Amino acid sequence: MVTRYSLRVLALGYLLFLLVLPVGLIAWRTFARGLAPVLTALTSPSAVHAFEVTLSVASWAVVANTIFGIGAAILLVRHRFPGKRILGALIDLPLAVSPVVVGLALILVYGRFAPAGGWLERHGLQVIFSLPGMVLATVFVSLPLVVRAIVPVLEELGEEQEQAAHTLGATGWQTFRRITIPGIRWALAYGVVLCLARALGEYGAVAVVSGRLVGQTQTLTLFVEERFQNFDQPAAFAAATALALMAVVTLLLTKFLRPKD
Amino acid sequence: MATIEARAAPISAPPAAPARAPRPRRRPPHLGTGLGLGLAVTYLSLIVLLPLAAVVWRGTRGGDFWRAVSTPDSWAALKLTVGGSLLVAAINIVMGTVIAWVLVRDRFPGKAVVDVLIDLPFALPTIVAGLVLLALYGTASPLHLNLAYTQAGVIVALLFVTLPFVVRTVQPVLLELDRDMEEAAHSLGAGGWLTFRRIILPNLLPAMLSGGGLAFTRAIAEYGSTVLISGNIKFRTEVAAVNIFGRIENDEITSAAAVSTALLVVAFVVLAGLDLVRRWGARRGD
Repeated sequence: MVTRYSLRVLALGYLLFLLVLPVGLIAWRTFARGLAPVLTALTSPSAVHAFEVTLSVASWAVVANTIFGIGAAILLVRHRFPGKRILGALIDLPLAVSPVVVGLALILVYGRFAPAGGWLERHGLQVIFSLPGMVLATVFVSLPLVVRAIVPVLEELGEEQEQAAHTLGATGWQTFRRITIPGIRWALAYGVVLCLARALGEYGAVAVVSGRLVGQTQTLTLFVEERFQNFDQPAAFAAATALALMAVVTLLLTKFLRPKD
Repeated sequence: MATIEARAAPISAPPAAPARAPRPRRRPPHLGTGLGLGLAVTYLSLIVLLPLAAVVWRGTRGGDFWRAVSTPDSWAALKLTVGGSLLVAAINIVMGTVIAWVLVRDRFPGKAVVDVLIDLPFALPTIVAGLVLLALYGTASPLHLNLAYTQAGVIVALLFVTLPFVVRTVQPVLLELDRDMEEAAHSLGAGGWLTFRRIILPNLLPAMLSGGGLAFTRAIAEYGSTVLISGNIKFRTEVAAVNIFGRIENDEITSAAAVSTALLVVAFVVLAGLDLVRRWGARRGD
């Protein structure tokens, strides 16, 4: 009995001081002077612009990773080929790479002075210090999330229905659209939510490749850091709370969408 | 957030069926397989493989690797990163197991909310995590506990972002654990601690180590949450990712690539070790 209570106190106390108090305090400080200053801070032109940049980068990244994620999951589960384990490991690789290293890696290939980046720039596409590079960085860090959400469900689903549809004369596309997609839709939604949350919140990789140009390539997370460093705490706290609210919403969505095990 | 990272077996893990099982009838090679594989590999190469290869190539070319890694500031940053991450993994292994235990075996009002809260660090952007910790443990700390610009502050930030790993790997194992063995040990007169050490701990160990390893790889890579609370003081609170960032800003790309390569090597060694732990755990499970 004593062990049970002391373990409970230990666990909850740890969570209280590491998690609950800090997050609660920031919310409290943000709204300490009411809602009006928060709204003012969040509707300033630079905040609105940062929000737009974040949304645009995140949506491109989610679209790219969703298409890749469905394709790669089907490839990994439904097809046989040598080197399947290696492909799986490569898809997992981005999770082990530091965001700053991701940024550096992209600069080394797509920067102005790199062969590929130079060629692209001569053809009118600047990648680094502009949106394409930020999308690439975001795609990199969130690459495995959709694949990993779909793979177990696709495995569980089995091939029988797809084969039945095929036998009844359905084309590959019809089978995919009518059988496969409905079968994995919740897992897909789960993966997309995970990917979106990661994309909205990415900081390190985007900080490196964006050049942090205020009013141009500044995302919401970069805005938080820049405002804080410039002693504009209300704006930093307001944007941080907005991001935290998005995080809580995604958290609840993932709980709702998580495949029941 | 990425609970799936910790909970579901990664797709690179060996498949459930042993390789020795009779293979199903080999299907004729499929045109779609080749096409899809080609597309997937091209996509991965353009976004992940070529850029990472460029980092390693740039970092190790011409024998500059050791010179860059052993410059005093980078060496100090790498030491803090690896040492701090080891400490963070160790704390996580203990506290994560305690939290998982309480979530599985204890019953108290609000447990479901706590269970959801565990994933918050994965969902919260890292820069927000740093700001949030600075609010409680910074210069204006209401607890009068100022950890800003200290190594302790860095550790707290790393503990925050790695919290879910061990909890989420140990929790499902604990849920599945057969309680007959514990009851048998009890009826044979074993005390609570003895039962834990001899019966429960051996069953949890693979999951604890695996979660700790994941927390370690996450901790050595961490950037956003440490930026604000560490103050990035060279030789004292600067972690490797911040050191690399500073070198990129100063246009020291080659040495940035060298330190990055060192970080990548450490991460791969740990991941390979984790794969071994996972196989060991799977063998024990049979």
